Amino acid sequence: MIEAVNVFKSFEDKEVLKDISAVFEKGQTNLIIGQSGSGKTVLLKSLVGLHEVTKGEILFDGRSLVGLNSKQKKALRQEIGMLFQGSALFDSMTVEENVRFPLDMFTHMTEEEKRDRANFCLDRVRLENANNRLPSEISGGMQKRVAIARAIALNPKYLFCDEPNSGLDPRTSIVIDELIHEITEEYGMTTIVNTHDMNSVMGIGDKIIFIYQGEKYWEGTKDDIFHVQNKQLEDFIFASKMFRQIKEVHK
Amino acid sequence: MRIFYHIGRYTLFVKKVFGRPEKHSIFVKQVIKEIDKLGIDSLGIVFIISIFMGAVITLQTAYNLESPLIPRYTIGLAARDSMLLEFSSTIVGLILAGKVGSNIASEIGTMRVTEQIDALEIMGINPAGYLVLPKVVAFIFIIPFLVIISMGVGITGGFLAGSLSGEVPAPDYIYGIQYAFIPFYVVYSLIKGVVFAFVITTVSAYWGYYAEGGALEVGKASTTAVVTSSVQILLFNLLLTQLLLA
Ligand SMILES: Nc1ncnc2c1ncn2[C@@H]1O[C@H](COP(=O)(O)OP(=O)(O)OP(=O)(O)O)[C@@H](O)[C@H]1O
Ligand SMILES: [Mg+2]
Repeated sequence: MIEAVNVFKSFEDKEVLKDISAVFEKGQTNLIIGQSGSGKTVLLKSLVGLHEVTKGEILFDGRSLVGLNSKQKKALRQEIGMLFQGSALFDSMTVEENVRFPLDMFTHMTEEEKRDRANFCLDRVRLENANNRLPSEISGGMQKRVAIARAIALNPKYLFCDEPNSGLDPRTSIVIDELIHEITEEYGMTTIVNTHDMNSVMGIGDKIIFIYQGEKYWEGTKDDIFHVQNKQLEDFIFASKMFRQIKEVHK
Repeated sequence: MRIFYHIGRYTLFVKKVFGRPEKHSIFVKQVIKEIDKLGIDSLGIVFIISIFMGAVITLQTAYNLESPLIPRYTIGLAARDSMLLEFSSTIVGLILAGKVGSNIASEIGTMRVTEQIDALEIMGINPAGYLVLPKVVAFIFIIPFLVIISMGVGITGGFLAGSLSGEVPAPDYIYGIQYAFIPFYVVYSLIKGVVFAFVITTVSAYWGYYAEGGALEVGKASTTAVVTSSVQILLFNLLLTQLLLA
């Protein structure tokens, strides 16, 4: 479980996050939704500690990131997996080396154990026969899978995904979404996913937090999202014609 | 003032670079890879500029010393001392600032804007140390070899140019390069080389590390890296000459 308590974040004098409090449950896929520029990436990076929050607290199962010394912080970091908006694979390493990298750095496994673990993770994301290819030689969807495999290599307790399906076709997006959802339930992880894709919201949104201009406007589940009376949220959801039509049918 | 901001941030950056490496075996592997990438790959350019430098200095000195009162061997001496004192360290340093500096800045800058550095950070790795320290160590290790090679090649270039053009007879040149040899000049050049290697790697890595945006900014960071490390080299050249030779 991850908790954000009254989190503020400013860059110089630009306030990007305003008083955000939220609870992200274990074993659930928690979504952060909002328009482009609403502060989703900043919120996600603040939660993992890539940005230092201006005010407020972030708790990982009760442990505050701010209070930890560097050793404890490092230990906590190894419980975190993160999937970046552009995959962020190491482009000088092959697919297998990318997945092995956290194992090389932080475990004392033998070569064979590392290879097995890497292959297990690659199988888990259903990626076979790509071990020796470079990131530049595989498609965007495959890169996302490698990035997921790398993120779960050390069996993390917490998984963060920044727009896991940006730049992917609708079918591949669904495959990636479901993979994240499955892995989350399977390993009981606390997963937080940023998205502005309503398909993801309807597909995997166990819990949804809606951000508007750096403030939390709404939270709930995918089942209540259509019944909300909130102008900003409605504008966001029904920006697409398809969802407007679904709403009509619902009525 | 912008410059103080950069000096401060650069100092903190260097401190981060010298943090303890995560795993010794991985660090050693990286250093070896960087020696190959930064050092061995620079041999060609060092060779080419040195041979031409040596040749040109020799010919220029020869054309300017037409007086029969000055013995021809002074040409060899002048070529040797120019290479030892200035060309094999400073000019080679400037050329390498262009080659190695832009390489480092663009590599690290690309890793920054594609979030690879964030990915390292998230794993609990110190990205500055992990990415930059092997480059600093490798380049400082390899630069003395490059400087010495440049000296040898440059003096040979002078020999070839002098003999082939008939301006400097071979025995005169060979006598000249041995005449009044001051070994400290080599030490002085090596010290400069090591300082320049530190400047090139850390300054270039600094600009790449703090690049923000996309490919365009990485290109700009790489240009800034080459310009600032070149200026630093010139400043340190002046400073070290005052300290070591005055
Ligand atoms: N390092 C930074 N310095 C200053 N301002 C920043 C910084 N990072 C983000 N911002 C600002 O914070 C705001 C929110 O940006 P953020 O990247 O979080 O949006 P987002 O919701 O993730 O958008 P998208 O869906 O396009 O990824 C933007 O106005 C942006 O300009
Ligand atoms: Mg974003």
